[in-house]
Amino acid sequence: MESSKTENLDKEGVTMKHTFSSTLDSKEPKGPIAERWTKYKNEINLVNPANKRLIDVIVVGTGLAGGSAAATLAELGYNVKAFCFQDSPRRAHSIAAQGGINAAKNYQGDGDSTYRLFYDTVKGGDYRSRESNVYRLAEVSANIIDQCVAQGVPFARDYGGLLDNRSFGGVLVSRTFYAKGQTGQQLLLGAYSAMNRQIGRGKIKVYNRHEMLDVVIVDGKARGIIARNLVTGEIERHSAHAVVLGTGGYGNVFFLSTNAMGSNVTAAWKAHKKGAYFANPCYTQIHPTCIPVSGDHQSKLTLMSESLRNDGRIWVPKHMKDAIAIREGKLKPTQLTEDDRDYYLERRYPAFGNLVPRDVASRAAKERCDAGFGVNATGEAVYLDFAAAIMRYGKEQAFIKGLDEMNETIVRELGKEIVKAKYGNLFQMYEKIVDENPYETPMMIYPAVHYTMGGVWVDYNLQTTVPGLYAIGEANFSDHGANRLGASALMQGLADGYFVLPYTIGDYLSNDIRTGTIPTDTKEFDEAEKSVQENINHFINNKGSKSVDYFHKKLGKVMWEKCGMSRNEKDLKEAIEEISLIRKEFYKEVMVPGTANEFNEELAKAGRVADFLELGELFAKDALLREESAGGHFRDEHQTSEGEAMRRKEFQFVSAWEYKGEPKDAVLHKEELVYENIEVKERSYK
Amino acid sequence: MMNLTLKIWRQKNASDKGSIVDYQVSDISPDMSFLEMLDILNNQLIEKGDSPVAFDHDCREGICGMCSLYINGEAHGPDRKVTTCQLHMRKFKDGDTIYIEPFRAKGFPVIKDLVVDRGAFDRIQHAGGFISVNTSGNTQDANAIPISKHDADKAMDAATCIGCGACVASCKNSSAMLFVSAKVSQYALLPQGQIEATDRVLNMVQQMDEEGFGNCTNTGACEVECPKGISLENIARMNREFMKASIKS
Repeated sequence: MESSKTENLDKEGVTMKHTFSSTLDSKEPKGPIAERWTKYKNEINLVNPANKRLIDVIVVGTGLAGGSAAATLAELGYNVKAFCFQDSPRRAHSIAAQGGINAAKNYQGDGDSTYRLFYDTVKGGDYRSRESNVYRLAEVSANIIDQCVAQGVPFARDYGGLLDNRSFGGVLVSRTFYAKGQTGQQLLLGAYSAMNRQIGRGKIKVYNRHEMLDVVIVDGKARGIIARNLVTGEIERHSAHAVVLGTGGYGNVFFLSTNAMGSNVTAAWKAHKKGAYFANPCYTQIHPTCIPVSGDHQSKLTLMSESLRNDGRIWVPKHMKDAIAIREGKLKPTQLTEDDRDYYLERRYPAFGNLVPRDVASRAAKERCDAGFGVNATGEAVYLDFAAAIMRYGKEQAFIKGLDEMNETIVRELGKEIVKAKYGNLFQMYEKIVDENPYETPMMIYPAVHYTMGGVWVDYNLQTTVPGLYAIGEANFSDHGANRLGASALMQGLADGYFVLPYTIGDYLSNDIRTGTIPTDTKEFDEAEKSVQENINHFINNKGSKSVDYFHKKLGKVMWEKCGMSRNEKDLKEAIEEISLIRKEFYKEVMVPGTANEFNEELAKAGRVADFLELGELFAKDALLREESAGGHFRDEHQTSEGEAMRRKEFQFVSAWEYKGEPKDAVLHKEELVYENIEVKERSYK
Repeated sequence: MMNLTLKIWRQKNASDKGSIVDYQVSDISPDMSFLEMLDILNNQLIEKGDSPVAFDHDCREGICGMCSLYINGEAHGPDRKVTTCQLHMRKFKDGDTIYIEPFRAKGFPVIKDLVVDRGAFDRIQHAGGFISVNTSGNTQDANAIPISKHDADKAMDAATCIGCGACVASCKNSSAMLFVSAKVSQYALLPQGQIEATDRVLNMVQQMDEEGFGNCTNTGACEVECPKGISLENIARMNREFMKASIKS
């Protein structure tokens, strides 16, 4: 395990070497893939109900993964402590997921199956995810829908009273369940309601407005956390027999992203510094349909659900002169005839058209804008146009209602009603932000950072490389490979929390039935608390000249320009140096007003940005190592003559990094990815 | 670009008396969101070494329910069907004076400046805001009970409540009826929610009363200020549910 190995990689005739320390064991069960999870469940150790009440579990984060895990563990009888930095578990950022949740129910009879969902997810992830995990995810997906309906989640239904589905990018079936454009909200409120039931029974104790600032390791096992009460500033010790991180992704390393303002990497990063390997940090999802940046004042970006691509057509002007005229405000998009428009996704990918996966759609938008066809003042926007959909639906309605299908005014009004019913809240959101009516003029969109496929490395049990420390949902690197398909994040969060972790953690906790309560007055807790306190004191006493946001924006700019939608060796090497310099300046110059013993948002932000400044550097290092293009990771050096991503067989592994002080000194461990049930092919959506 | 005078409620902590303090901000773009305008103010304050104005916010896209603010006497400000984070400065004009206060209600004590404690809403949900079904996944097939589209849509409309508390802040009685009725209605409209309907409405209403929220006198202010357009109809439905439950129990 520990011996250092060197691999020779052929790179167009040049021999390239990179060293790695060990090969990680995923602990996947053996045997036919469809039987693995069942077999695994039959063979693990269980904890008897009377013993469960002797065991404490800490769950950090209360989104879909953390919330569902906390509720389920409490139902099983464990004593759960749940932590969130928001003022209520219901506000976790899962709430903002719009479009839907995938499940292999095959209610539409269009050929869906567990295997097909598994296949689509592995292919969509560009063959960089673990087969056994993805198959398990597909297998439990149908249960999620049953569970949520039983909880009272009001999914959309058709007139017969049965559940409705829509289609999402990268697949050929309709398997996405949805609740208007607020699916994440409804699923999260479902998980929150399950938590509430357990809170009412006293089985979950919730710590709102608390932030985890370290994980405490005792005898090599995760045995608790240090948390800061964000209202009083008090530093608290909490012990448990296991710690679960459901703390989401790290998209805010880019400063501008669709993440919530508070979304951060701190819990995951502290775990990394205490021994948990961090996997594939460079796999980032840049979502194609976001509202373009309007100015320097911008604090965050807003996503427009991918479901809009079901009906919206994406285009830019065909001729440069039109694009220039539009940018200068001399021409309106609605004045351009069909012949003068370039529906570039339909042109390049006729089979999938506007429903290609997110990474493909994002790069295609960037390609057109880089070529000079962008349609807003900054030149970084493309159109998402509903005019055709409005007319198509309108004609259908006119026919149904026996009205004149040739009367454009009637048809348009009827069509608008249908589009409004489907996407009304999204259109309203767009209009409030941009001040333009998307029913009348095409929306403008541009890609933005949305989701991170990378995260804490976990084995099949969702356990990190630290025994007793688990990571679930977006916080782990898990099931999406190098690119996540739409409507799969909600699926994974709930699968991990409701149906996977509660089993796998039992196997581990079965060894702890005689351990008794973990004391917090030990040297391990002392040391962890001391280092947290020192860090806080540094920020408060520093009295520098620049705000936390100044550094966060500076980091974000480097990340977006050099580690964004396309990356190359030169940029990445520069990014590593630049980020390390920003970090030095940050510790010297940051200004945090106020004291440590009060509600102090700047202090909380300083801690988060400090961790982003380390993660960013590892991110660039990982992107530099990965000399291939896969999913959301695109290297300029590795593309086909048509500009498509080029994967390389030598990189069919997970890169898992071990912390060794400076992020640039992190040591690589590998998990080789084996595909026995799917043939690894060039991903084509043409 | 606009120059504005801000009159902001500053209160160090729960026990501080608090007062309105004046601030000036300049070069505000109409494309900024209201919170981005406050970010600019806070940046100015931080660079001067002053304490920034504390306010709750997170998703900044109108869904998490974290942001609050009582702006010029209205919860979430002058625009309709938006949260404060979605309110844009184009709703104001150069030279305006803007009053910014916390959501005020006995049930929402101030933590600091514009940040209030809405824990009462959580406690009302603990009392009955759920359907008692284990998360084993071994329930019946999701399509086993058809639900009429009409009911499903109505349940969805009620379920879109984001729990921000604007209804309470807007009500002269500080009533939480719109919030509580949205949850009660969501479950009352669905067959899954029927089994526990009696206990649910009684327990949730009892908790609501214990938290110090007032009663409903049908002024309808809550509905007007609700960023999600939750209808007063839900309060009527909750009253019916409550009446039914009271007779039964």
